[in-house]
Amino acid sequence: MASMPIAVDRAEKVDRAEKFEKVCSILNRFGRRPSGLIPILQAIQHEYHYLPEEVLTYVATSLDVPPARIFGVATFYAHFALEPKGKHVIRICDGTACHVKQSLPVLNALHKKLGTSEKNKTTPDMMFTVETVACLGACGLAPVVVIDEQVYGQITPERAVGLVDDIKAMETLLENAIPPAAEQPSAEDCHD
Amino acid sequence: MTNAELVPFVLGNVNGSGTLAQVRRVVICAGTGCMANGAMKVFEQFKREITNSGLRVILELRPEAAGDEVRLSKSGCQGFCQMGPLVSVLPDGILYTKVRSEDVAEIVQQTLAGGNVVERLLYKDPSTRKSCRGLEDNPFYSRQNRLVLHECGFLDPEDIHEYILHGGYQAARKAFVEMSPEEICKTITDSGLRGRGGGGFPTGRKWDAARVQNSTKKYVICNGDEGDPGAFMNRSVMEGNPHSVIEGLMIAARAIGATETLVYVRAEYPLAVERMRRAVADAEREGILGKNVFGTGLPVKCEVMEGAGAFVCGEETAMIASIEGQRGMPRPKPPFPAQSGLWGKPTIINNVETLAHVSRILNVGPEAFRSIGTKDSPGTKTFALTGHVANTGLVEVPFGTTLREIVLNIGGGVTDDAGKIWKTGFKAVQIGGPSGGCLTEEHLDLPLAYESLRSVGAMVGSGGLVAMNQGTCMVSIARFFMEFTQRESCGKCVLCREGTKQLLALLDDVIEGRADAGTIDLLEKLGHAVQAGSLCGLGKTAPNPVLSTLRYFRKEYEEHIFEKRCRTGRCKALLRPEINQLKCKGCGLCIKACPTQAITGEKTKPHHIDPELCIKCGACATACKIHAVEGI
Repeated sequence: MASMPIAVDRAEKVDRAEKFEKVCSILNRFGRRPSGLIPILQAIQHEYHYLPEEVLTYVATSLDVPPARIFGVATFYAHFALEPKGKHVIRICDGTACHVKQSLPVLNALHKKLGTSEKNKTTPDMMFTVETVACLGACGLAPVVVIDEQVYGQITPERAVGLVDDIKAMETLLENAIPPAAEQPSAEDCHD
Repeated sequence: MTNAELVPFVLGNVNGSGTLAQVRRVVICAGTGCMANGAMKVFEQFKREITNSGLRVILELRPEAAGDEVRLSKSGCQGFCQMGPLVSVLPDGILYTKVRSEDVAEIVQQTLAGGNVVERLLYKDPSTRKSCRGLEDNPFYSRQNRLVLHECGFLDPEDIHEYILHGGYQAARKAFVEMSPEEICKTITDSGLRGRGGGGFPTGRKWDAARVQNSTKKYVICNGDEGDPGAFMNRSVMEGNPHSVIEGLMIAARAIGATETLVYVRAEYPLAVERMRRAVADAEREGILGKNVFGTGLPVKCEVMEGAGAFVCGEETAMIASIEGQRGMPRPKPPFPAQSGLWGKPTIINNVETLAHVSRILNVGPEAFRSIGTKDSPGTKTFALTGHVANTGLVEVPFGTTLREIVLNIGGGVTDDAGKIWKTGFKAVQIGGPSGGCLTEEHLDLPLAYESLRSVGAMVGSGGLVAMNQGTCMVSIARFFMEFTQRESCGKCVLCREGTKQLLALLDDVIEGRADAGTIDLLEKLGHAVQAGSLCGLGKTAPNPVLSTLRYFRKEYEEHIFEKRCRTGRCKALLRPEINQLKCKGCGLCIKACPTQAITGEKTKPHHIDPELCIKCGACATACKIHAVEGI
């Protein structure tokens, strides 16, 4: 820190203060009780889309519990992410029903398309994250893919790749549009 | 009078539903499946079209209705998810399937205004090819006995008044005003209700154990952490009839003397979380939940907590740890939660479906409940029927129903990968998810109940039923479940943590052709060791899929091991693609398609595949027009 230019340091401090202000209000909302740790972490993840390490350390200090306990909980549950996720999160259901109806080819097609893998779930440009989820309970529509909360049923590898293309096209449009155009229609029409 | 005004009147009068006028209703299913297929667009389109047609749309129930009114409402999951969005027209009893917003104008014109049926939107039975007008002639529904699910497809889950007007919260009122805790426990014990979450423990006995504890603070938890992949019964009940769950919780709270209740919902079910939260807020607003329940001076609070994605939290003690803000790891029992549970206080944990049965038992009496089902497993059970069947969805049948009835009659038969009926395609049904086992053709006439399933090495579990056709490799299925339990093992017990890992590695050996004569024996020994050496249900049942497939499909394992062959062709490592020398015309298409130059041969002469270079991608088989590439 000491070797950093003062201006950057100050900017970072402001940034940090803002960051912790949000965390503080979340902590206050749950009464700063260690028993409310899971809802607290859920609220923080909702805010930042992942659990930044320095925030977790801050939470530990505020709740007066060892950081090891906070990290223990954060790493135990599948929903908590310690790494930032991409702008678009693609979740492929690999529950039993989806599995027997060939969800793995869909996953493989998406990994191939985006250059992601089981280890590296997020694309380097932070645009897409591809992950599997145990069961979304929409087994009647198997196999199922959820992209940014929108559910697509009876998906095929080709359609999944097509949806990614749609999002990419939309992103390019958004990027090129100056001033920012009204929101483009999403891949809404693709589900039937 | 609006709904809200009707409520106090109804709550004091058991026969409240008599005041409702028979308005024509259009009910649009708003479960997760139908919503994903665009049910909300259909709903909005109905609103517009009905208004345009000159009919009046009402969105709330009314005591008196004019002839030109149509009530438009949303319902919870109707269980026929594959055919969604579903639209029912009542009281005509017409069920339209796969409705798109473009179809709405036709329904309004033809059915609502003209009284005719739109034939093309009716469900067609895939085996008889007959159109089904409504629920009565649709084999998927007519062969079921929907008690818990009945209201899911009928009531608006976001309208507490509708629930109350249909007799809701009457049982809770009775429990608080007219019954003592002992009487409630006795009624539930007499009914023979058993936990629907998997174990099948008698609910009344569980409640009694907590009731007799001397403690000022007690808790009731509703277990909505439905982690079993391939099952969605609880999701549908929470989404479709959240108040029935709250009513069950209130009755349980009264029975054991608890003042605080909690619903633990799986995080993968956002809609269920939202609807449960809303239902709790509505019940508080109406004064049903709160400081003074039904004027008795007794308080009951209810909280909804979202899980964070851990299968093991479906286990009672792990769930308690999770609620307390810890890693969700189970602890040894005893002490049982009924003695020392959440925060060390007496706690009972009941499954969503169990609680949804409770109010009905109090309303109709234990004898009526017992009259359905078998002697040891009374009542109905909801199964989530998925996989290779024509009709996937939620099926509620009395205990004792056979697998044949569920899969072949209600489910409409087994299908191939393309979804076409495959008459001889039945191979197995996986029941109870990763903790359960598989049932085969010889079990088709076995009555499904807690004891009968245990005797064949399976279990009711939460009720997931995944049908599999002849094209499914049973070793791969066992591996799929083992991978799941291995990932979800919390790591506390060594045998579960390390044992599941080794079981998985052994299964990989079988699938990838490395296994030898000792592998099956090792799988069995290790499976039994994991069962014996694990603390909680996850570890105790994790080897079940392996042991059960070994029991019924040992031949398939042996083929993988000794013949290095997978009869379904799903295990890639065992594939031996060959070119049929008699068929091959030597056109060279496969040579062009092969990415590794593994195929050689002169033009017009039969080609060959070099097994050393072949990566078994299947590109040659796809390219060959005369199907001369075999074994892939």
